[in-house]
Amino acid sequence: MLPSPENILRAELPNGIIVLAHENPNCQSVNVNGYLQAGALSEPDEKLGLADFTASMLMRGTQQRNFQQIYDELESVGASFAFGSSTHTTAFGGKALAEDLGVLLNILADALRFPIFPVEQVERKRGQLLTHLAIRAQDTGSLAAMAFDKIVYADHPYSRPADGYPETVNAITRNDLAAFQRIHYGPRGMVISVVGALQPDRMVEMVQSELGGWQNPEQPLPISLLSFKPLTQTTTQRVSIPGKSQVDLLMGAAGPERRHPDYLAVSLGNHILGQFGMSGRIGEIVREQEGLAYYAFSSLSGGVGPGPWYIGAGVAPENVERVIELIQNEVVRFTTEAVSDEELEDTVSYFTGVLPLSMETNEGMASAILNMERYQLGLDFYLRYTDILQAVTPEKILAAVPHFLQPDRMGIAMAGTLEA
Amino acid sequence: MDNNAVFDTMLPNGLQIRLKEIHTIPMISHWVWYRVGSRDEPTGHTGISHWVEHMQFKGTPQFPAGTLDTIIARAGGLWNALTFQDWTTYYEVMPADQIDLALYLEADRMLNALYDPEEVEAERTVVISEREGEENEPTFRLAEELGAAAFRVHPYHHEIIGDMADILTIQRDDLYRHYRSYYTPQNAIISIAGDFDSETVLARLQALYADIPAGEEPSRLVRPEPPQCGERRIHLTGPGETTYIQTAYHVPAASHPDFLALMALDSLLSGPSSLNMFGGGGVSNKTSRLYRALVEKEIAINTYGTLLATIDPYLYGIAFTLHPDHKADEAIAVLDDELKRLQDSPPKPDELARALKQSKALFAYGSETITNQAFWLGFAEMFDNYDWFIHYLDKLEAVTPADVQRVAQTYLTPGNRTLGIYLPE
Repeated sequence: MLPSPENILRAELPNGIIVLAHENPNCQSVNVNGYLQAGALSEPDEKLGLADFTASMLMRGTQQRNFQQIYDELESVGASFAFGSSTHTTAFGGKALAEDLGVLLNILADALRFPIFPVEQVERKRGQLLTHLAIRAQDTGSLAAMAFDKIVYADHPYSRPADGYPETVNAITRNDLAAFQRIHYGPRGMVISVVGALQPDRMVEMVQSELGGWQNPEQPLPISLLSFKPLTQTTTQRVSIPGKSQVDLLMGAAGPERRHPDYLAVSLGNHILGQFGMSGRIGEIVREQEGLAYYAFSSLSGGVGPGPWYIGAGVAPENVERVIELIQNEVVRFTTEAVSDEELEDTVSYFTGVLPLSMETNEGMASAILNMERYQLGLDFYLRYTDILQAVTPEKILAAVPHFLQPDRMGIAMAGTLEA
Repeated sequence: MDNNAVFDTMLPNGLQIRLKEIHTIPMISHWVWYRVGSRDEPTGHTGISHWVEHMQFKGTPQFPAGTLDTIIARAGGLWNALTFQDWTTYYEVMPADQIDLALYLEADRMLNALYDPEEVEAERTVVISEREGEENEPTFRLAEELGAAAFRVHPYHHEIIGDMADILTIQRDDLYRHYRSYYTPQNAIISIAGDFDSETVLARLQALYADIPAGEEPSRLVRPEPPQCGERRIHLTGPGETTYIQTAYHVPAASHPDFLALMALDSLLSGPSSLNMFGGGGVSNKTSRLYRALVEKEIAINTYGTLLATIDPYLYGIAFTLHPDHKADEAIAVLDDELKRLQDSPPKPDELARALKQSKALFAYGSETITNQAFWLGFAEMFDNYDWFIHYLDKLEAVTPADVQRVAQTYLTPGNRTLGIYLPE
């Protein structure tokens, strides 16, 4: 069953919260997912990681419950719930048996509205975050991604890591966390999906009863993104750390935002470039023909803003230059020659065929429903999906791609044990 | 056909077939399981089962390398494979009307895979790259040393990916011989769940497989691990600032009566876990005994346990990442205290009842995906049989507090432990 206006109950609560309810009769569980308009964009440079730290403190003590009580309620019934923050939003998600939906929603509301940021828990969490940053400093994939963002998004908020740096995490005080929650958390722009074995009107009633009374007069309007300057020449950054067998390599640029008119054309093109079958053209040349990497692929993020579009591979240090050359050749071909009709037909066929499979689970359905809301695609988007895809032609892809990706204007980032 | 009915049969050539119709959405999940994995690999050929798995994607006369990637994607399907200690499995998740493609291609590559020498050499460097990617992780390096120290004799000694020395030297004919020895009907199970008609599919499977010879009974390495008499310690050093600790205790095979008591014990100590690999999601472990003792006391920043269902006795693992303000010995002392607490007094009945409720929820979540249902139809047969899965919750419910105390006393002893520490240089 595809999501559609027929099977999604969409309700806007008086305080602005959008509820999207969908019944899945083929399960015993229920999933709650959503987001609110508070993210790393609102952090000052000297306190990077603030939104993420705040989100990770919400379930560590509220006016009604301490940390162990919160998790005891959840874990005793085999339920899970968690918050996390990224650049634009703070997201949440959890799962329980359908009979325990009330537990999930009550903890969601309690954590969002009444967190108390106990000092002892703040310091405990800080220790965990700092250790994660120490692990990140040894992780070639994370280091390459951070270097890539610095090149491609220079002077733009997307260049900043949402989990911050040790010095910025150390600079965050308990009061900063409490203030971030008080100011930035609010019902306006919040979206919550409930998918599972309950009646949709019952789901909406339960959300209303837990969150309908929430108000935040202080809540600011969402921050509008700065425009960013695309690269004017290929720029490379090499991060060397000792003791690694493999180099993580990323090459690419900023892609279109999800609402860009060319997004689906670029998305189909990207699939041909580095995803279809065994990782598309990139996988074919780097892995299948040359045997130079276990993984080599391309990835397009979309998102609220111009998220990254990159080609990635894990390669031995001595093969890095060869793989860069192979990828560059593929990008030249991709940006100057139209994909074949057959490649495009195959990819459209995959996109439409795999759709029901991706919506089998509550998680998959929730993700599709939230995307339709977040990017204002219309709740009938998946009913129109095949027609929209079939309207894309090789010429449209070729016309769209060079606006975002150019072989002589790429960011190239690598991390591993590199020769000086 | 009722919701839980499984159609179970065996062809004259020994091929086992297990089918479960689920008509909720138009998709199927099709798996072919072979009883071969790193457990069957002698020194010199470590990693060969995994490499064979890679070569199975490198073409047959009818489907040259790469063609099936396109055909399956065009059909809106997904395919992949996994190699573990005891088994190797191949799966396709497809729209229901494409089931015949999955049935056909797996029957074809049971017998007809090419192992072209050029493809073997190209894949050698891919496997090397896969191993090098794993070596980038300190936790992989530590786990590899730990396994090697815990198993001196049994082939569970080595990692599934294999030792670099063997990846560099295994030849095309070694791979092909391994393939022909183990990829036979009598050593395989087909499991399918989803939207299909069992009689139609069975007739099709009979047509596809009936002419494939049963094959010879494959040889098995029988090298039981002698009892461990005294703790073994590994010290590994490397870059970074973070100390990792992994411990491993020899525990019985999944078919042993104590295995379910160990699952309950793991749930109390390090949090609820299921053996689901395809769907369901998990439950956090913040109320578990070790989380409270180690993470809430800021001695570690996380902790988790692992218990694998295997044919031969394997390991119960407890791992944690150390808080930078503490030393490894402090964390190990806390672990020992918690184990002693469990050995000295049985858990309260309500603590066990809670673990059972968690397991029931995880079981329900796992049953919601067609792929996980098909997975269990075959997976349970790889280490015991499908009855293990059917009776899993009943057997878990029968575990008593005294059972948990007894298995803690029996298996979680210092002399039965291998302990590994990764220390930053």
